[in-house]
Amino acid sequence: MFYINIQKTLHGTLGNMELDVAFSIKEHEFVAISGSSGSGKTTLLRILAGLEEANGEIEVGGEIWLSNKTTLPAQKRGIGFVFQDYALFANMSVAENLLFAAKDKKLASHLLELTELKELAHRLPNSLSGGQKQRVSLCRAFMRRPKLLLMDEPLSALDPLMRTKLQQDILTLHKEFGTTSIMVSHDPSEIYRLANRIIELKHGKIIHDASPKELLLKTQGSQKFSLTGELLEILKTDVIYIAIVAIGQQIVEVVIDEEEALRFKVGERVQVSTKAFSPSLSKVYI
Amino acid sequence: MNELDFGPFLLSFKLAAITTFILFLIALPVSWWLSQTKCRCKPLVEAIVSLPIVLPPSVLGFYILYALSYNSPIGAFFDATFGIKLVFNFTGLVIASCFYSFPFMVQPLQSGFESLNKNMLEASYIAGKNKLQTLAFVALPNIKPALITALIITFAHTVGEFGVVLMVGGSIEGETKVASVAIYEFVEIMDYTHAHIYSAIMLTLSFLVLLGVYIFNLRYNKRIGVA
Repeated sequence: MFYINIQKTLHGTLGNMELDVAFSIKEHEFVAISGSSGSGKTTLLRILAGLEEANGEIEVGGEIWLSNKTTLPAQKRGIGFVFQDYALFANMSVAENLLFAAKDKKLASHLLELTELKELAHRLPNSLSGGQKQRVSLCRAFMRRPKLLLMDEPLSALDPLMRTKLQQDILTLHKEFGTTSIMVSHDPSEIYRLANRIIELKHGKIIHDASPKELLLKTQGSQKFSLTGELLEILKTDVIYIAIVAIGQQIVEVVIDEEEALRFKVGERVQVSTKAFSPSLSKVYI
Repeated sequence: MNELDFGPFLLSFKLAAITTFILFLIALPVSWWLSQTKCRCKPLVEAIVSLPIVLPPSVLGFYILYALSYNSPIGAFFDATFGIKLVFNFTGLVIASCFYSFPFMVQPLQSGFESLNKNMLEASYIAGKNKLQTLAFVALPNIKPALITALIITFAHTVGEFGVVLMVGGSIEGETKVASVAIYEFVEIMDYTHAHIYSAIMLTLSFLVLLGVYIFNLRYNKRIGVA
């Protein structure tokens, strides 16, 4: 079990904010941390990694990482960390990046095999694509067989296709190594796919702690189909109005009446929903 | 025309090589600390480090002379304990050069370290490496252009110094008479031929050194993908 109880005053652009969270995590859990920017997600992750100081306690399987008296340095926590910007050692080849974390050639070649990077083992990070870099970073994080894997928006800089591939890699490795994982993410589909628990932060406090199903599936139980998006434009054609709404990566048209056209403003968050119908799914070929 | 005496040049290069080596060892921890620290005293330390850039060499030379001469406690201590005299000899030149060229070693290294991706250093800590290992295997290899710049500019700057050297070392043949001092003396005795030859050599060498640094940096940045 991981027991976490942390307090820290953050100096943000909106003035001071108190990060104050307490929760525990079971071993092998996959926890997603979400929340608007400036809510303290990254700081929480960095405190867990030992990269930032804080008050409070962190206990991991009987080992004290943080207490009033001691702070276990990042070097001794036995964690893996995946940064959003990869943070690979630019002077070392892919294989050297892995071996720098732990001199275990067998494990390194196994990880590279698993993530289909074997061919690139001798390349320098700068010659790789974003997706390849992040896979290297993921492999490097697993070289020390971490008790705890921390990921700070690991996939937010990648395109949707690459994201799906890496989500699969993360899940495979998480299961094979039996780690406990904590990932900061904004992407509901990613959270739904990977995590079995989601903790939502707001102004440094936990406002939700539930399973992704409970929190993300907003239409549970009802025969309702509902999507949230941003209103981009309202067009008038003849007697009807058409609202253009961006939902995720998609742009859709919705017919609205005059009264609605006057009520909504461009740029607003809107919910596109309909009741009592059964949406059909068909495969998309890209 | 007499045969050209390369003694002053050799002395200049010997002085520059020793100074560069010593300064690298001293400046490395200082610049690393400056790049990583959140201490409020950082501007104070930076101001002290940069002083030799703005101080007239005569001021620096005067203080060094004053601090290291036989009459000062430091000079007297070294003379009595180790039998080493610290002024008007080669040792004095090395000490004076170390003060004089210090910022030229610290500043490029510091800005190199500051430009490194902080996450990369943190990734090294998380990989279990301490600060020294991180400095040696991650930080230094990733600031090669800054490192080369620091070493070469320090070397070149030491070769090119004049005022401090003259004040602390004087002009003793084979001991403290470096190339710049030799040129000064040729001009003083109106031996313009030798002054020309020596100056032309210094000019060419300095130019080649700088050209080499800039070519290296351009190539390195291209390879790493910055430029």
